[in-house]
Amino acid sequence: MSAHHEQSFISKYVFSIDHKYIAKQYTVTGMIFAFIGGLFAVAFRTQLAWPGTNIPFIGVLDGMKYNMLVTNHAMIMFFWAGMPILLAGLGNFVIPLMLGADDMAFPKLNMLSYWIFFVSAVLLILSFMAPGGGAAGGWTMYPPLNAQQGVDPDANFLVNLWTGGSLLILAVAVEFASMLLGGINFLVTSLNMRAKGMKLMDVPAVVWMINLATVDFMFSVGPLISGAVMLLFDRIFNTGFYDPARGGDPILFQHLFWFFGHPEVYVVLLPAIGIVAEIVPTFSRKPLFASRWIIIMATASAFIAFIVWAHHQFVAGIDPRMAEFFSITTIIISVPFAFIFFAVIATMFKGQIEVKTPMLWALGFLVFFLVGGVTGIFNGSAGLDMYIHDTYFVIAHFHYTLIPAVFFAGLAALHFWFPKATGRMMNETLGKLHFWITSIGFNMFAFPLFFSGLYGEHRRIFNYSSYQPMMADWIINIRHVATIGAMILAAAQVLLFINIILSATSGEKAGKNPWKCNTLEWVADSPPPHGNFATPPSCYRGPYEYSNPKRSGSDFWPQNEQ
Amino acid sequence: MSDVTIERVPKGRLGVWLLIAGEIVIFGGFIASYILARLEYPEFGSKEAAGDLNIVVGTVNTLILLISNWTMVKAHEAALEKNVAKAKSFMIYTLVLGLLFLGIKLGYEWPTDFSHGHTISSSKAIADQAPGSEVMKVSLFWSYYFLMTGFHGLHIVVGSLVIFFVMLGISGGQNLHRVELAGAYWHLVELVWVILFPMLYLIQ
Repeated sequence: MSAHHEQSFISKYVFSIDHKYIAKQYTVTGMIFAFIGGLFAVAFRTQLAWPGTNIPFIGVLDGMKYNMLVTNHAMIMFFWAGMPILLAGLGNFVIPLMLGADDMAFPKLNMLSYWIFFVSAVLLILSFMAPGGGAAGGWTMYPPLNAQQGVDPDANFLVNLWTGGSLLILAVAVEFASMLLGGINFLVTSLNMRAKGMKLMDVPAVVWMINLATVDFMFSVGPLISGAVMLLFDRIFNTGFYDPARGGDPILFQHLFWFFGHPEVYVVLLPAIGIVAEIVPTFSRKPLFASRWIIIMATASAFIAFIVWAHHQFVAGIDPRMAEFFSITTIIISVPFAFIFFAVIATMFKGQIEVKTPMLWALGFLVFFLVGGVTGIFNGSAGLDMYIHDTYFVIAHFHYTLIPAVFFAGLAALHFWFPKATGRMMNETLGKLHFWITSIGFNMFAFPLFFSGLYGEHRRIFNYSSYQPMMADWIINIRHVATIGAMILAAAQVLLFINIILSATSGEKAGKNPWKCNTLEWVADSPPPHGNFATPPSCYRGPYEYSNPKRSGSDFWPQNEQ
Repeated sequence: MSDVTIERVPKGRLGVWLLIAGEIVIFGGFIASYILARLEYPEFGSKEAAGDLNIVVGTVNTLILLISNWTMVKAHEAALEKNVAKAKSFMIYTLVLGLLFLGIKLGYEWPTDFSHGHTISSSKAIADQAPGSEVMKVSLFWSYYFLMTGFHGLHIVVGSLVIFFVMLGISGGQNLHRVELAGAYWHLVELVWVILFPMLYLIQ
């Protein structure tokens, strides 16, 4: 590959092997799915607040349709929004640029990863068109329900394959294969293609975190791929891997699922922390506090992430001694994250803080994620979890972890790297307005659910009208407030859409380094050409040398300048 | 390939090792599930389950796969000496042995198992009458057996295709490093079989 050869329309915009364009493909696909997933949530929240409402395009929700929307909301937000945006999109964009490389290690494999991902998205959409509609067995796909729902044991295996449940399992498995191939690319690129002189500790925190997330993903997803194949076989070949009557064990699937499912949370969280660790020093003009220890702690948490999974199964009938072990590991894993949080906050101490939009989103992440992190300790304690499991307390908890991670940190990254990707600045006023409306909507929707959850409101119920204790006035009010919050949250995204279109077409020109940042991507042109750098940069120091007294004349010291 | 970056460990080798690591975890899921079921059910070793597998044929197949790995190592050796003709002929031996393994598995072993009434499916009707009976546990063994040998067979097919296309690609003496990569993947396929064989056939 020469650095600047001409590309045809197809090879530039469709089957592109340029990591920056693939990053945009992932991000745009992810954002479209995030919007669809969000609308699903608004639809079923409307049903919860005002049961029997006729919802535009969907109609009145019955139990089945409600379950279908909830199941696919979770699936879409995790696997077709969170992972493509935070891992694949962000990783593809920043890894080669921050390492000073011209592209990924395997550009064609990178293109293949995206198109396999695209196939998985098509399978997901097909699953809605199957007879009986989309999958409705909950996003965790627990058997025996999911091994049987919509399945006719006497029918041909193709008939059983052409059901929402089977197609969704297939879509998820294909998506994992795509992310596995992408992950190989990330790790090889980061180990192999760093700029001259760049030691591992000179690699920016966000690249570290994306790679740790990749390791977590690659070494935890295997059991779920095999578990999903077994579940699919239970559906289409009439096996009994998870059927107790046939010697199988439904708890086995829970272990295989959560062995992946919990590290998956860190797959989404670690890149988010990495983003914040890049943005906070830049906008505080101070070195990242204890940056070496942040990376050590994140590495520790990436390993502990493999031994916390059964805290999702405290009520599944696991041995109490095992529950105690997983309670302890779950509480231990909060230690490295607490350390990282304190270090990021310490970075701001006595800094010259400038609250531009990316910084605002990063601060939003810190504040709101804290609520999710602290309530995680509640859920991790086996005794308390017995009570709050499967209530809206858990829903509120994981929305306070995932929305800050995927949306707040993800939007921080979007506003931060948008000038690099398009060459134009995003509109600050629109960005700040979008931040505040999103924050209000999000907190209105998620915070009240802690209270209804503690009161005992159970999730996975589509109409509370026949449960008298759940029909007290205050709890109905909470449902209304939460639903209006979700609507505000969804509507606020129109501002983002307007901002992206306006800024991409007529935003202020950004120049090479609008944020006066040290890392190597700001050495390249904005947007970087095919091949990224005119001359390959060398690296002389770590990425966080802000306000260094040895440097006269400016408060930053790019990694490539001697 | 690129003048912009510096090479450390050859990236192809690193990539294949990571792929192998990912594959090991996938097989790990099947193997761990099987071991858990095996520990719970001694019936898996009974005459109708593992006892009904032909150990002699299984051993022959294991030997075939072991020899195919040796020929693959010889192909790698030849590639290091830049001897294209020798590398290609050893890769052809590997392919023939791989296909022989697959032929015995799909052409003899599976049909024999089918003729003894074993299939991957288990009967819902019997499960309803006698839940958790010995018949059901034996049929669970056969589900695992067909699942794991089938998945392994799929890897033989993929590994053979990889070797075949690498063989076509080295004709002009270029891309010889790919022989090592195809070989590494082929060793994974062998390694998995060396675990599956005692687990399914020998422990009775």
